[in-house]
Amino acid sequence: MFYRENGQYKTTYAADQQMLPILQDRVFMAGLLVVAFVAVPFFASDYLFLSLLIPFLILTLAAIGLNLLVGYCGQISIGHAAFMAVGAYAAYNIALRIPQLNFLVVLVLAGLIAAAVGMLFGVPSLRIKGLYLAVATLAAQFFTDWLFARVKWFTDYASSGSVSTAPIVMFGWTIDTPVKKYCFLLAVLIVFTLIAKNLVRGHIGRAWMAMRDMDVAAEVIGIRPVYAKLSAFAVSSFYVGVAGALWGFMHLGSWEPLAFNLTLSLNLLFMIIIGGMGSLLGSYFGAAFIVMLPILLNQLPTLLGVPISTAMISHLELMIFGALIVFFLIVEPHGLARLWAVGKEKLRLWPFPH
Amino acid sequence: MRQAAKTRLLAAATGALVAAVAATASAPAFAQAKEQFFPVLSYRTGAYAPNGVPFANGYVDYLKLVNARDGGINGIKITFEECETGYATDRGVECYERLKGKGPTGATLFHPLSTGITFAVTDKSFTDKIPIITGGYGRADSVDGTVFGWNFPLGGTYWDAADMLVQHVGKKEGGVDRLKGKKIALVYHDSPYGKEPIALLQERAKMHGYELLLLPVTHPGVEQKATWLQIRQQRPDYVFLWGWGVMNSTSIKEAVATGYPREKMYGVWWSGAEPDVTPAGEGAKGYNALVFLASAGQGQVHKDVLKHLHDKGQGTGKKEEVGEVLYNRGLTFAMMSVEAVKRAQIKYGKKPLKGEEVRWGLENLAIDQAAIKKLGFEGFMTPISTSCVDHAGGRTASMHIWDGKKWNVQPGVIEADQQIIRPMIRASAEKYAAEKKIARRDCAKEQ
Repeated sequence: MFYRENGQYKTTYAADQQMLPILQDRVFMAGLLVVAFVAVPFFASDYLFLSLLIPFLILTLAAIGLNLLVGYCGQISIGHAAFMAVGAYAAYNIALRIPQLNFLVVLVLAGLIAAAVGMLFGVPSLRIKGLYLAVATLAAQFFTDWLFARVKWFTDYASSGSVSTAPIVMFGWTIDTPVKKYCFLLAVLIVFTLIAKNLVRGHIGRAWMAMRDMDVAAEVIGIRPVYAKLSAFAVSSFYVGVAGALWGFMHLGSWEPLAFNLTLSLNLLFMIIIGGMGSLLGSYFGAAFIVMLPILLNQLPTLLGVPISTAMISHLELMIFGALIVFFLIVEPHGLARLWAVGKEKLRLWPFPH
Repeated sequence: MRQAAKTRLLAAATGALVAAVAATASAPAFAQAKEQFFPVLSYRTGAYAPNGVPFANGYVDYLKLVNARDGGINGIKITFEECETGYATDRGVECYERLKGKGPTGATLFHPLSTGITFAVTDKSFTDKIPIITGGYGRADSVDGTVFGWNFPLGGTYWDAADMLVQHVGKKEGGVDRLKGKKIALVYHDSPYGKEPIALLQERAKMHGYELLLLPVTHPGVEQKATWLQIRQQRPDYVFLWGWGVMNSTSIKEAVATGYPREKMYGVWWSGAEPDVTPAGEGAKGYNALVFLASAGQGQVHKDVLKHLHDKGQGTGKKEEVGEVLYNRGLTFAMMSVEAVKRAQIKYGKKPLKGEEVRWGLENLAIDQAAIKKLGFEGFMTPISTSCVDHAGGRTASMHIWDGKKWNVQPGVIEADQQIIRPMIRASAEKYAAEKKIARRDCAKEQ
């Protein structure tokens, strides 16, 4: 009834091309931003910020990065935590060796280094496809694990191999409290989402999608596979590298190579599969699902006042989490983003479906 | 029709999730007086559970005992809540955040029970002002209380442990100088935990001229064929084992398989408990390990635990496991924590204390032989005396040997050589302070 675009005329090309063509969507998005920037910082507790929101924001960024590669360009990677590690260690070393550098510059440089490494590991994609490529990307995972654990220079010769970051100051503003971290991360995420959205709507994104749908046909219509595939690897690794640097600096504070292990790579992949491949919104849903659900499940018995031992809770958490993944994938194999789209479609007809 | 049912099912599932989010967000803060809240980070699941479970049982049993036997700490009831970390750093940090604000005065102190979690929460301790106790683990340089204001590696660190092991094998050879030309292999868990002792072992290698072989084992440590192949090729004179969880028992089983003499294997205190040796059966016989504070066995305090808790069905674990190495370690850690609160109560009064106040208690802890006897820990604790500068308070241990059925403590106490360790701590803490831009505390002013 309310969600209708009747009477909203598009009279210019700009109006036709805008990101949210329906007025209700724009109002909703504006409201969401107000809630995220104004209401949440007022009402959320430190626990909510540090344990749920901050990891959610950073992993969403990483999931968007992976989605650009897997969802839009169709190149499977199960080694993306490696590029997060590259970003994190690059940022650590740059910040350590050039302390006067602004943190934003550090972030961009870390992203660029990750992009270069990503392109390097993306080279096999020119020859191999599908599952074979996935296995090849595993090499990135094991190589970075080895590199950062064994080459002492990267960890500044720390005796335990664990690095820890200095406080983040930029423009005389110290990002130390959870609220400041949250606001900064939210701003970064919005900027990167906008860039990603425009990339996938533009000719680069179209080239990626053509590559994904049928590479031979794409080549025939004049898309260069080298350019399309490597640019996807570069952009994707850039996003993931920035996410890795933020994960290290904003969330962990101190970390070891184990923080970026295969489990994280797989979690990123699960995020985009559950959230929806080839959908930016899906990256948000997927990250929320994977980050928040286990923690909620873990706390639920205590909140409901059911006395169960902690070991039992942990086992239950794993079982229910697994069951929910299977459930959602059976009901909607295209991910939570598709579910959202179906909901919107139904809302248009509501309350008078055919 | 089918489509409609599907949609409804989905809506219900989504609704339940949203409700759960709302419930978590609005979890009320409990405000109850006369209670001291102890967070318990434990791991009862995963690859490290065989070692995590007995420790957690001992820790919780002692907290329960203080309530049941003494009616709390000078009348202040102890409350506690367990949170499962699974030995994973991210979940550990989540648990820390979850529990730090609970109870009327917030968390008393934390035992992260993982070097990875310790590293992560150390950063947070400066703003949260909650002490982190890392008895026998954690960062070796955190002994320096002027930089690491909130870390307490009570009883010793990995540098102490490594030093003791080198001294012990040196003594066996007839003097540390005889180690020249020998080969010592360190089989270690490839994580901050396992890497900590390397710095000291290298320092000692420079002094005595032994060759150090570094053999990392990746988490969780069930695959060690390559490591032990190297040991078979290189034939080191001694193997130091720095493992945790299933890695320990796997190492010992591999030693049996490759025929490396167990008598020449020395474990750190985290590689010397019943779950580590029993899977290898008779093969583990002769294996040595350091004893941290408490060995296996039962004393007065165990009688109390059995009388007040297990006989009434209030015990945390199995009754037969009371008195195991790691159970006793949990018990002693809880005792030291409770003693710190008691000590702080002398200064701040008999009321629920904040983490900041408990720190004063931890920095002025003095548990001597008489106090140990009074607490019922005779034979299960070495004296400890801390200060603002020295957050460890003691650095001695003895050695025990597995005879196939039980651990036998060897006579004699080994003390870590502070002449070597102190300058290393100083340098490392200095570097940390510079990196993190931390101003040193002035202990003379604070006391």
